[in-house]
Amino acid sequence: MALNQYLILSAFLFCCGVYGVLARRNGVLVLLSVELMLNAVNINLVAFSAFTSHVAGQVFALFVITIAAAEVGVGLAIVLLIYRNLRSPDLDRVDQLKG
Amino acid sequence: MTSQNVAFWILAIAMGAGAVGVVRSRNIVHAALFLIVVLVGAAAQYIVLLAEFVGITQFFIYIGAIAVLFLFGIMLTRAPMQAGDFDNDQRWPAVMVAAFLFVVLVALLVQAFGHDEIQLTDKLLEASRTGPVADSIFRNFVVPFEVVSMLLLAALVGAVVIARRD
Repeated sequence: MALNQYLILSAFLFCCGVYGVLARRNGVLVLLSVELMLNAVNINLVAFSAFTSHVAGQVFALFVITIAAAEVGVGLAIVLLIYRNLRSPDLDRVDQLKG
Repeated sequence: MTSQNVAFWILAIAMGAGAVGVVRSRNIVHAALFLIVVLVGAAAQYIVLLAEFVGITQFFIYIGAIAVLFLFGIMLTRAPMQAGDFDNDQRWPAVMVAAFLFVVLVALLVQAFGHDEIQLTDKLLEASRTGPVADSIFRNFVVPFEVVSMLLLAALVGAVVIARRD
């Protein structure tokens, strides 16, 4: 199995995530795209761990999974608060700091 | 064409389709379900790469907790369940940025790792079992482990504080 297969798959997932973060208007959809990016990074880490037979890549993948869980918790709490204050999950309406 | 290669390609096509579905779906629940497709594909890829503990953790944490949390968040923010337009005005600049990034990444990866092969040896299998992974966490990476535990606690308390009604 070529190493590049995994790396290019990871790059594709990451770029889909980048597009989603930039182009989506709903806060939950932006968080879904961030999860896509984190999964792309995890695939990269585990592929390199298999390539070098070093287990450190898998350990870091576990840490990334943990941090993703924490980030989703806080992110969804923020989205909930935005919805509660603005009555709409639309991120384009969060513009009170705009000049 | 080994069996791992066949498994990789089936999973990769499913994950690619799921990723495009996440960012292009017009229904928010469908986007969350497409993400679950991507997460399951990733867990299966980890098992193909002999990373059994990471694969099972992916199932438990990502699919079992994070995806369910997303579905709850969708429900609690009364997200429109029918088809809606969720794209803002920056769709075409976003496509250009993502496409440019992808082209640059693929060019660099092919140039740097074009000839490298992953060998799924018995040594890798023995090193990737849950025991050696746990040994590595609690010997070499115990400080990051403790820091991540504190971070999880802070995130948990912070999420409750942010979302509470007062």
